Amino acid sequence: MRGNHALAEAAIRAGCRFYAGYPITPQNEVPEYMSGRMPEVGGVFIQGESEIASISMVLGASVTGTRAMTSSSSPGISLKQEGISFLAGQELPAVVVNMVRGSPGLGNIAGSQSDYFQSTRGGGHGDYRTPVFAPASVQELAELTYKAFDVADKYRTPVLIMSDGMLGNTMEPVIMPEMRDLKTLPAKDWAMRGAAGRPGRRSISLILDTKKEEEHNWKLVRKYKQIAEEETSWEEYDLEGAKMAIVAFGTAARIAKGAMRRLKKDGLKVGMFRPITLWPYPSEALRSLLDRGIEEFMVFELNTGQMVEDVRLALEGKGSVSTYCRPGGAVPTPLDLAKVVSTRYFQRVPD
Amino acid sequence: MEQVYKKPKYLKDVSSHYCPGCGHSIVHRLMMEVFEEMGVGEKVIGVAPAGCAVLAYVYMDVDVIEAAHGRGGAVATGVKRCLPDHVVFSYQGDGDLAAIGTAETIHAANRGENITVIFINNAIYGMTGGQMAPTTLMGMKATTAPAGRSAKREGYTLDISHLVAELPGAAYVERVMVTSPKTIVKAKKAIRKAFEVQMAGKGFTLVEVLSPCPTNWKMKPLDACRWVETEMVEHFQPGVLADRTGK
Repeated sequence: MRGNHALAEAAIRAGCRFYAGYPITPQNEVPEYMSGRMPEVGGVFIQGESEIASISMVLGASVTGTRAMTSSSSPGISLKQEGISFLAGQELPAVVVNMVRGSPGLGNIAGSQSDYFQSTRGGGHGDYRTPVFAPASVQELAELTYKAFDVADKYRTPVLIMSDGMLGNTMEPVIMPEMRDLKTLPAKDWAMRGAAGRPGRRSISLILDTKKEEEHNWKLVRKYKQIAEEETSWEEYDLEGAKMAIVAFGTAARIAKGAMRRLKKDGLKVGMFRPITLWPYPSEALRSLLDRGIEEFMVFELNTGQMVEDVRLALEGKGSVSTYCRPGGAVPTPLDLAKVVSTRYFQRVPD
Repeated sequence: MEQVYKKPKYLKDVSSHYCPGCGHSIVHRLMMEVFEEMGVGEKVIGVAPAGCAVLAYVYMDVDVIEAAHGRGGAVATGVKRCLPDHVVFSYQGDGDLAAIGTAETIHAANRGENITVIFINNAIYGMTGGQMAPTTLMGMKATTAPAGRSAKREGYTLDISHLVAELPGAAYVERVMVTSPKTIVKAKKAIRKAFEVQMAGKGFTLVEVLSPCPTNWKMKPLDACRWVETEMVEHFQPGVLADRTGK
């Protein structure tokens, strides 16, 4: 299955019954799939007149308690930031997919991770964060999209899927998660479906009372802390006995796996640490590698160096951090990475 | 003794933040009366704008969502598509609807979204303190058009309801005023008709209300009402702009 189709079908199976989006490459297969699939399950598909309208429609759908999603790519995600900020402020769940493009401005559609900062630092205005899932296979793209809806509902927050056109257009076998029975989804006692037998509800983020406004912001912070405690995830490859760790996510992690096969053949003890949630970042797990005898870290990312800041924060000045960064335009091969890692390894790792 | 006038059920018993002589509170009241009379109050979901009516939910005891500036048409679309049997309205001012939200307004109308837009036109940005609106009249002064609006510098007064009325998805578009008992009665009829058309599933409805803003026009309330009736109506003629409900 193609990545973009897999994520769309996984969303349907997770109970997504509202999708609004605007065409932009490399994710057009998502709205195209949804336009045919949504009517089959009694859901709503709308091609919005803009990215801003699409995310606003998602907000309206979410208020009613409906599981809702939109998808786009970098310039479109910039436009959606208004709505993402409002979703965060009004504590409304939604899933937003970003198939990242390659540079400031328009950028090309080759695989890129140029939106790491935008995705992990909130992205829009205001003091908020969004959970960010970074899948590294089509199977994981489906699984994490499925999970994103549960996380969004549980914490009443927008959740981002950060991937790229490389994965969105890769075809791999997928085992699809089961179709959810909507009746089994947890009730939303905050949803708006008309004030029958109760006072009218509000979904707002303008709070004029200064004390209440500050409390609202602290409430969000407590929620983000809870998300960090409960939802942080990562994966480790060959780190047992390793002398050096590659730190990479998403498409970069796929490339790193290829590089590791070569390096292993050459006898290098190199493992990989792969964050699955980019926010919350698996800082403690990464730092714990120091206690396992790994001092040497190479951050490999498809941008000019963004995640490396989180790696340095996590390591708290300990260990040695180098980077192999390739911004949008060029997707390096496993051999490219293997050469860089190998050079560093022989410089830094004692025999 | 028969009670002939009372607070509508869905209007909350709170004091108003609106300026003396402002039209917003009149329109709020008319809407809540209509919901009560139609017996639909418990099925209403409203969208409030950024602007003077951002606090509309303080007065309306129905479900209300606060939308980002200009996005009322899109937010209401999302709500209505998920709850097609409910009564969904978007309440917007002229800056919200006819400047920053032009695309959302035109496209919601063009899709024939089965929602009702209540459009308060007071020819100025009220909440932010009297800046020029798309609906500011030619020659009219604003804090960002201190010499008065000129076509060469600021462009022309925008009649967006007229544009909306041209779209086949717009089932009912009417322009009214809230400047006297007579015009208020007429305004209420238009609002009721719009919600009835929505309930009948006939498509997009919009009621534009020419509304006084004495504070930012720097007029006494009565003078502001007279100004609507004499000056504003020259550019914004009241009446039914589109009625496709017969089809």
